[in-house]
Amino acid sequence: MKITMAHGSGGESTSRLIEDVFAKYFNNEFLSELSDSAVVPGSSKLAITTDSFVVTPILFPGGDIGRLSVCGTVNDLLMSGAVPKYITCGCILEEGLDMEILEKVIASMAETAKEAGVIVVTGDTKVVEKHSDVSGLIINTSGVGFIPEGQIIPGPSKLEDGDKIIVSGNLGDHHATILGSRMGIENDIRSDNAPLVEMTRKLMDAGLIVHAMRDVTRGGLGTVLNEFVNASKCSIILNETDLPVSASVKDFCGILGLDPMYMGNEGKMVISVSAKDAEKALLLIKESKYGENAKIIGEVKKEKESSDNTNVIVTTKIGGKRVVGPMYGEGLPRIC
Amino acid sequence: MCVAIPGTVIKLDGTKATVDFSGNIVNAEAGLVNVKVGDKVLVHAGCIIQTMDEDMANEMEELYKEIEDLA
Amino acid sequence: MDNKYLDNIINELKNYDGPEIRLMEVCGTHTAAISENGIPSLLSDKIKLISGPGCPVCVTVTAVIDRLIELSLMENTCVLTFGDLIRVKGTKGSLADAKGDGARVKMVYSPMDSIKLAKENPLMNYVFAAIGFETTTPVYALLIEEAKKLGLKNLKILTSLKTMPEVIRWVVKNGSNIDGFIAPGHVAAVTGGKIFEELSKELQIPFVVSGFEGEQLILTIYALVKMAGKGGYKNLYKSVVSEAGNLQAKEMVEKYFETSDSFWRGIGKIKGSGMTLRPEFMEFDAGSIGLDEDHEPAGCRCASVLVGAISPHECPLFGKKCTPDNAHGACMVSTEGSCYNYFISGR
Repeated sequence: MKITMAHGSGGESTSRLIEDVFAKYFNNEFLSELSDSAVVPGSSKLAITTDSFVVTPILFPGGDIGRLSVCGTVNDLLMSGAVPKYITCGCILEEGLDMEILEKVIASMAETAKEAGVIVVTGDTKVVEKHSDVSGLIINTSGVGFIPEGQIIPGPSKLEDGDKIIVSGNLGDHHATILGSRMGIENDIRSDNAPLVEMTRKLMDAGLIVHAMRDVTRGGLGTVLNEFVNASKCSIILNETDLPVSASVKDFCGILGLDPMYMGNEGKMVISVSAKDAEKALLLIKESKYGENAKIIGEVKKEKESSDNTNVIVTTKIGGKRVVGPMYGEGLPRIC
Repeated sequence: MCVAIPGTVIKLDGTKATVDFSGNIVNAEAGLVNVKVGDKVLVHAGCIIQTMDEDMANEMEELYKEIEDLA
Repeated sequence: MDNKYLDNIINELKNYDGPEIRLMEVCGTHTAAISENGIPSLLSDKIKLISGPGCPVCVTVTAVIDRLIELSLMENTCVLTFGDLIRVKGTKGSLADAKGDGARVKMVYSPMDSIKLAKENPLMNYVFAAIGFETTTPVYALLIEEAKKLGLKNLKILTSLKTMPEVIRWVVKNGSNIDGFIAPGHVAAVTGGKIFEELSKELQIPFVVSGFEGEQLILTIYALVKMAGKGGYKNLYKSVVSEAGNLQAKEMVEKYFETSDSFWRGIGKIKGSGMTLRPEFMEFDAGSIGLDEDHEPAGCRCASVLVGAISPHECPLFGKKCTPDNAHGACMVSTEGSCYNYFISGR
């Protein structure tokens, strides 16, 4: 069965779609009310975020757009020091979308939400006319998280001299998966889309001095670190040999002329942690789900006086120094 | 201009080869070289442009020897 | 780094205090590798690395881009291309811009991907944007061979194929004062190292064929510094480059292509510096002959940068009006362009 324009009409077809698919998987006391808004218990300090997901293909090795939409929003809340609680699910379905695929995506969202400890409390569905050969879907998720009392919020402007930079695992997996699917390159690379609940909570609860925390998404590690150096007016020096990249992703990049520094992830984070807490932080991340390949990859240099020296610098394998600027363009494969 | 990396031929079917790059499986044209399964090859834009000497381990050693006379 | 040989060589290069030495690489992939390995930071200020016209995207004239856009907007026509050509501007924008107007443009990994597309979609006319140097031309030859064998009527190529020796002669003749050439390793894999040995004798300038790893490039630069002023030739990429090259590839190219004059962005015409389809295979050509025009944006000095006459920093637009996000000239658009590499790696 396929999605038709009728499913978006607001009438009987819409109700059936919501009952048969969305409410079936997002089964909780708030959503099952099916009222105009979900009325939920709150907190004195909230974190709110929103994100839209337009990835194609919508099903890919290691995940799907549903899982991605939960992870993306949950991780954004986590990076602000919040405990993610509620998410919304706004779907724009393209006419002709296979119902089976939709169900698979929604089931995956529900499973991922359960893993992340959040509930989908409200949503919306619209149907649009077919635009291309492949019928897809677009998902928007907004999320609300509670900021615990006394929680120090990490921020990109808070890096300090001597901080260590830790990345929670291998770079570029998600981007390599999507691009591989699109360019017909078969490999065993899987998207790393994952909710980073365990590792962030472990870090926050241990009271370690984590100055900045960001998930590594579009634009890769290079993009996040450039945001850090610009906001904190410092430099970050990385060691090329310490950057964790799987052999598969490394060669994938080699085939297409891409740089792992700019390849996106969807289940990795990078933190700037005070030097004295670095080893402990590394251990906590490595002990957490999805953190097994975490590494300390470099450190922060910040001059006492405000300086123009705000660069991300990689010390290369042969001891050279290479400046890694922000990503430009779309990161298209080079061949020539 | 000439992005190309070495991989290993894992299958050969006439002039069509399947090349493995650390788990990335790429179909490449083998019409420009004489190859067999197991060979290490250089692939550029979906085409094997050269086979590589197996003895790569010694390559750097050889290089240093090459430039010794310039010191 | 526990390689004491490498350490000693790097030390020597860092402390070099002789006369200024200008070394040129003529391969976009070398340009990128030099930046990626942080090689400039390991050399004394007296050793200058100059990027030459080795980026096929950068040297493609605007007329070719304009023709590709024209084709991509035609009914039932789709342009297939490598990634970084998509953002290069012709006189009226790029293929990427044209997509917004409904142009059909598809990025592929290999020219051979066109065969499957053409077979599966007989009503669509495909045109492959065939740019490249000697490394890539054999792949296009294979493409024509396969297309001919399958009797495909809906696949053509638009060529902007260039060769190394003539442009190297041009660079030397037009006074960029180059003391040594880092010879392109993968071009040499196809052509053989011999043509660079011959050039070194003819021009009395040293040529060293190099691989693409940081260590290989350092050794190449070291060799050139030692050979500067004395000429000579060395092949430091023997695992892949023989003196004769890939004879089968060369024969295949010879079968389908012939040497022709070619127009280089920013340089103009260089006789015998390109390749076009032989007359008997013109059915596979999408109108490559006569695409000579080249319009540099006002103030753009790609022409001089491309041949190493000036460094990117000496272009008034560099880093100000012209950045990777808002690229005026081809040198800034392509990730193998000199300006792009200088900009993003802070050289």
